[in-house]
Amino acid sequence: MSNNRKLILITLFTALTLFPAAPAFSQALSSGELIKEASKYDGKTVTYAGEVIGDIMRRGESAWVNISDGNNALGVWMSAREAKEIEFAGNYKNQGDSLEVTGVFHRACLEHGGDMDIHAKKLRKLATGKEIKRALDAGKKKLGIVLFGVLFLIWILTLFKHR
Amino acid sequence: MILKPRLEDLKIIGFYLGKIILGLAMTMSIPILTGLFFREFNPVLDFLIGIEISVLLGLLLIKLCHTEKDLNWMQGMIVVSLSWIVAMFVGAIPLYLSGHWKSFLDACFDSMSGFATTGLALVQDLDHMSYTHNLWRHLIMFLGGQGIVVIALSFFVRGFSGAFKMYVGEAREEKILPNVVHSSRFIWLVSCVYLVLGTVALGITGIFGGMHPFNSFFHGACIFMTAFDTGGFSPQSQSILYYHSAAYETITVIIMVLGALNFKMHYHLWMGNRKEIFKDIETSTFFVTVLATFSIIIVGLTQIGTYPSIWVLFRKGFFQLISGHTGTGFQTLYPAQFLADWNHLAIVGLIMAMGLGGAVCSTTGAIKMLRIGIIFKAFKEDLKKIIMPEKALVIEKFHHVKEIFVEDKLVRSALIITIAYIILYVLGALVGMFYGYPFLSAFFESTSAAANVGLSCGITDAAMPAALKVTYMIQMWIGRLEFMSVFTILGFLIAIVKGK
Repeated sequence: MSNNRKLILITLFTALTLFPAAPAFSQALSSGELIKEASKYDGKTVTYAGEVIGDIMRRGESAWVNISDGNNALGVWMSAREAKEIEFAGNYKNQGDSLEVTGVFHRACLEHGGDMDIHAKKLRKLATGKEIKRALDAGKKKLGIVLFGVLFLIWILTLFKHR
Repeated sequence: MILKPRLEDLKIIGFYLGKIILGLAMTMSIPILTGLFFREFNPVLDFLIGIEISVLLGLLLIKLCHTEKDLNWMQGMIVVSLSWIVAMFVGAIPLYLSGHWKSFLDACFDSMSGFATTGLALVQDLDHMSYTHNLWRHLIMFLGGQGIVVIALSFFVRGFSGAFKMYVGEAREEKILPNVVHSSRFIWLVSCVYLVLGTVALGITGIFGGMHPFNSFFHGACIFMTAFDTGGFSPQSQSILYYHSAAYETITVIIMVLGALNFKMHYHLWMGNRKEIFKDIETSTFFVTVLATFSIIIVGLTQIGTYPSIWVLFRKGFFQLISGHTGTGFQTLYPAQFLADWNHLAIVGLIMAMGLGGAVCSTTGAIKMLRIGIIFKAFKEDLKKIIMPEKALVIEKFHHVKEIFVEDKLVRSALIITIAYIILYVLGALVGMFYGYPFLSAFFESTSAAANVGLSCGITDAAMPAALKVTYMIQMWIGRLEFMSVFTILGFLIAIVKGK
């Protein structure tokens, strides 16, 4: 390899490492940061993590998955094949899968009517969700019974009064 | 001389208040049945406790204040004012017990926001809420939109002359049919027919959008209830943005506009009298104000260039505008985006739309189209008087159900309420500014609360000062009842203290 070619390759490698085509934000960003500084991240590759919530809405070969980091939920546009890997979506009875998404962030996505979204390039499951077991609250049960007793007493007293 | 209210006045007020509380308690059986169906037993317990407390309170008032007497005007107005406060407390019990609100004050905030069809919310972790509690959030908006007293009039009160006094107290001075009980039942009929149609339309759209069929119809019913009653609560934290669907947004826009129409207009439409919609001053004023405020928003958004195409600009701008103008409060933007992505001009356009509202005798709040139309007609009349020769007789009239002449008394009444609303918007903004929020965001949130809209630019949050929460709650209450009932209760309190 000639010295010139070596020099070109080294220069290219250095340039691509230091100045990638579209700056990527490898550290996971919060929904608050993305919403408040949307213009800064618009069109950039970002990493965002959170819990899958609600419905997995399949639209042809792709799907909408809403992912919440606890403060806000952001819409993530991913392939239907990847969405199929999601086992649990968060709701009252389930804790949703926890996902880390790396993709292109749009402040107002032209493809999706101006919605703020992330078009996923890479997904990583951080944790699988689970069913939430909820035991009957003993305190509420007691309160319910006591109040029912008081109402029953009033009803009995009313009956006696009418006689 | 101010007369001190007699014990008999208090008894009559207490008796009818008790009846309304019992009516509200009965409505809690709907979420209980839902909870049993979904096997959500802890939420069912919350509502059982809620019913028990409400029935106890209602029975206590009925027994202690038992009377055969009918209401007079003052008592009717006070019953209405107090029933909305009592409804707030009663409705907040199951909400607070769910653990999704940080304090009872926060639960009361959402309860008042629900009953007053506002839509501002302090709920936490909404995406993990039970079907039972979620249904209740939307149901209280549906009940509040119809009017708490309308419920009582429709089902629990059998034709007494005091009925009209309570009906008027709920900001519905227009009877659709000669009898208020029949008017109330007509309101329910319209709402229930649209409920079925709207739920089916949204449910099918949701299924085509990839939602689980059952969830889709549940969401459809919830969204319909809060769209038609121009409330704005939604089952998920992202509001309408959750669905990522233009079709869903279009249907909600249609439902919101239907909700902003006068129930009397619905009556005419049902009777096949479609010409009425083009003749009525309210619909023409609504058309003009939508056009005017949307133009302001379009200019503002074009200046800032947030949206990459005219279609996107139209979709985002028009949806927020209709949501604000009809007093609904659905969003397809995150609250912080208003301040980050919209410029001041676009925000002011939206604030103006929020402050104007929909038709009288609808579920919207704010100044309302009839008053705006009357004031505009009065301006036109005065302008004509200046231009025309002195001897010319200038008469302005407008069409609202029938032809009406613009009289000074009518203009005065429209102006008083308009000024009262503007003062209410400004007072709330001052409190917001007192707590350090900038003028524009404080005015945005205050107008949203007082006009019963529910759009938020981010101030409404569980962390905001308690006094600001109370301010917004009072604004929602006064805004929903349109001042008269609230003024009466203030007068009543003064009479208790100062009367002889």
